[in-house]
Amino acid sequence: MLMDIESQAPMANAATQPRGGAPVVLDNLTRQFGATRALDGFSLNIAPGEFVALLGPSGCGKTTALRVLAGFERPDVGRVLVDGKDVVHVPAQKRDMGMVFQSYSLFPNMTARDNVAFGLQLRHQKSGPRRARAVELLGLVGLDEHVSKYPHQLSGGQQQRVALARALAIEPRVLLLDEPLSALDAKVRAELRDQIRALQQRLAITTVFVTHDQEEALSMADRVCVMSRGRAEQIATPAELYSKPSTEFVARFVGISSRVGVTRTGDSVQLFGRDVKIRGDVPTTDGPLDALLRPEDVDVHVAPTGLGVVTHKSFLGATTRLEIGIAGATVKADVMSSAAADFELGTRVELSANARDVLVTEAQSAT
Amino acid sequence: MASLELGQVLEHDHFMEEYSRGSEGLSWWRRVHWGRGVALFLAAAYFIIPFYAAMQFSLANKYGQFSLQPLTQIADAPQFLSALWLSTELAVATMVIVMGLMVPTMIYVHLRMPRFRRVMEVITILPIVIPPIVLIVGVDGVTPSWLKASQWLLALVYVVLAMPYVYRALDAGLGALDLKTLVEASRSLGSGWANTIWRVLVPNLRSALMSASVLTLALVFGEFTIASLDGWQTVPVWIYLAPTDDPRINTLVAMMALLGTCLVLTVIVSLDRSKNRNSRRS
Repeated sequence: MLMDIESQAPMANAATQPRGGAPVVLDNLTRQFGATRALDGFSLNIAPGEFVALLGPSGCGKTTALRVLAGFERPDVGRVLVDGKDVVHVPAQKRDMGMVFQSYSLFPNMTARDNVAFGLQLRHQKSGPRRARAVELLGLVGLDEHVSKYPHQLSGGQQQRVALARALAIEPRVLLLDEPLSALDAKVRAELRDQIRALQQRLAITTVFVTHDQEEALSMADRVCVMSRGRAEQIATPAELYSKPSTEFVARFVGISSRVGVTRTGDSVQLFGRDVKIRGDVPTTDGPLDALLRPEDVDVHVAPTGLGVVTHKSFLGATTRLEIGIAGATVKADVMSSAAADFELGTRVELSANARDVLVTEAQSAT
Repeated sequence: MASLELGQVLEHDHFMEEYSRGSEGLSWWRRVHWGRGVALFLAAAYFIIPFYAAMQFSLANKYGQFSLQPLTQIADAPQFLSALWLSTELAVATMVIVMGLMVPTMIYVHLRMPRFRRVMEVITILPIVIPPIVLIVGVDGVTPSWLKASQWLLALVYVVLAMPYVYRALDAGLGALDLKTLVEASRSLGSGWANTIWRVLVPNLRSALMSASVLTLALVFGEFTIASLDGWQTVPVWIYLAPTDDPRINTLVAMMALLGTCLVLTVIVSLDRSKNRNSRRS
C-alpha cells in the first residue's frame, strides 16, 4: 500500500521550495460512523511545505480525513505518518498541528493578543516574548491595531485572521484549514484566500486545506485531492485536474457542466460537425458515447436555421452564461456580456466545438 | 416649478419640526408602558408588603416603636453564630462538590453523549420529585456510621438536592457556547483536558456558574427538613427551634437570611455585569 501512495508523490512543487514543514502520509485510512463509511481506504502523500486541498461535496469524507490527521478522530484502519512517525495514537494536543476551523473558534474571554499567545503560554514561553510574538503575528495578518480587542469586537474576516495567527504562533509542522473561508462574504474571502496562500508560501508550512469550493482549491493549492465516498478520486495539480480529469465525477466537480451525445471515429468523436480528439483513454465500448463539455469548450453563433435554442441566460459579469437546448440535450456556453444582447431567449443558434480534445464517457442512457 | 418644490420642502421641514417638538412633549407619557408598570407594581407589592410587615414586627421595641436593638441581640442569641457557621460551611462544600462533579460531567455529555442529555434531565429532576424525608431516610439507611456522625453527609445530600438547579444553569450556559470548536481549538494548540476546562470553558461559563452558585447557596440556607431530621442546627433549623424567648429575633434572622441571599445575588450579578462591560469596553 505504501508503494501506491508513494507513487502519488508530487511532481510539480519545486516552486514552493524550501520546505519547512513535515512530510505527511495518510495511508489506507478507513473510518466508519454507524452504517456510514466516511473514509474508505483513503491515501494521500503530502510533501514537506506543500499546500494540498481536499475538495469534494458534503459527506465525501474530506473533513473526517482532516480530523483524523488532527487527532480528533481515530481511524478504524490505517496509518497517519508525520515526519515518518505514526501518530495515530498521539493525542491531538501533542501533534503540534495548527488548525483553523470553519466556525469562529476564538476564545471569547480572551483578547486577540491573548488568543494568539495561548499556545505559547502552554509552551511555557515567558510573558514578555510571548506577548511580543503574539503582536508580531497579528501584524503579519494585518491586525496590529486590533490586538486588545475581544472576538465579539472583530468582524468575521478579522476573527479568522486572528485564528490563523493563533494557529501559526505555535510554529506547527502541519497547518490544517477546515473550510476557514466558508462563513465569510465574497470580498473578504478573496482577500483572506490570497493572504493565507502568501503566508503559507512564505513560512513553507505543510498545509492541508478542506473545501467544497473548486475555485478556492484550484487557486490556492499546489495539488488538489478530489474526494468522493471516502476515497481519493484524483490527486493532481490544479492545471492537470482541470485539463485532464481522470473520472467523470472529477470532471463534473471541477467545471464540466454539459454532456452531449457523440459518435466515435477512431480516436476522435464528431462534435457539432467537427472531429475532436478524445482526451485520455479511448473508451473500448461500442455503445453510445457522451462528450463532457465545459462552457468555454463551446462557441455560439446566432443562426436563424440553427438547431439550438437559447433557453436560459445568466449574467456573470464579464461573461454571460447561456443554456442552449439542442437535440434533447442542454449545453452551457459562455459569451462576452457585451454581445449577450444578441442572444435573447428563444434565439436560434449554431454551436461549434473549440476544444482541441474532449473527455468522453459512456452515454448516460447506457450507464 | 423650482420655487414650488422648495416651498413644499420648507413646509415639510416645518411640519416635521412641529411634529417632533410635539412628540418630545408627549414622549415620557407615551413611552411609559402602563401594563408593565401595573404588573411590576403588583409583583413588588406581593413581596414587599409581607417583608415590610415582618421587618416592622421584628424591629419594634416592646412599646411598638421602631428600634434597631433587636439587631444587636442577634449575635448574642444562643447558638446562632454556630448555626450560621455550619450553614456557611455546608454552602461552600456543597458548591465545591456539585460544581466539581457537574461541570466535567456536563461538558462530557454535551461533547460526547448529546443524546444522554434527555436522560440527565430526567435524572436531575428526581431530587425535586422525591420528598426530602424519603431521601434522608434512604440515605441514612445506607450511610456508614462514621459518615452519619459528620455534617459533611448533609453537604453530600445537598449536592443531590442542588443538582436540578445546577444542571439547568450549566445546560443553558453550555448550550450557548460552540463547545466542540472551542475544545478542539484549545487541544490543537497543545492544551490538555484540565487546562481546556479551567482556562477556556470555565471563564466562558461564568454567568452559568454564578447562577448555579446562587441557587445552591439559597438552597442550603433555606433547607429545613433534611437538616432537622438529621439533627443538625443550620440557620433554618435554628429559626424554627427558637432557642430565644423573643420571637422578634427569629423573624429578624429569617429576614436577614433573605436579605443576605438577595445581597449575595446582587453582588454576583453586578460583578458579572461589570466584568462583561469591561471586556466589551476594552
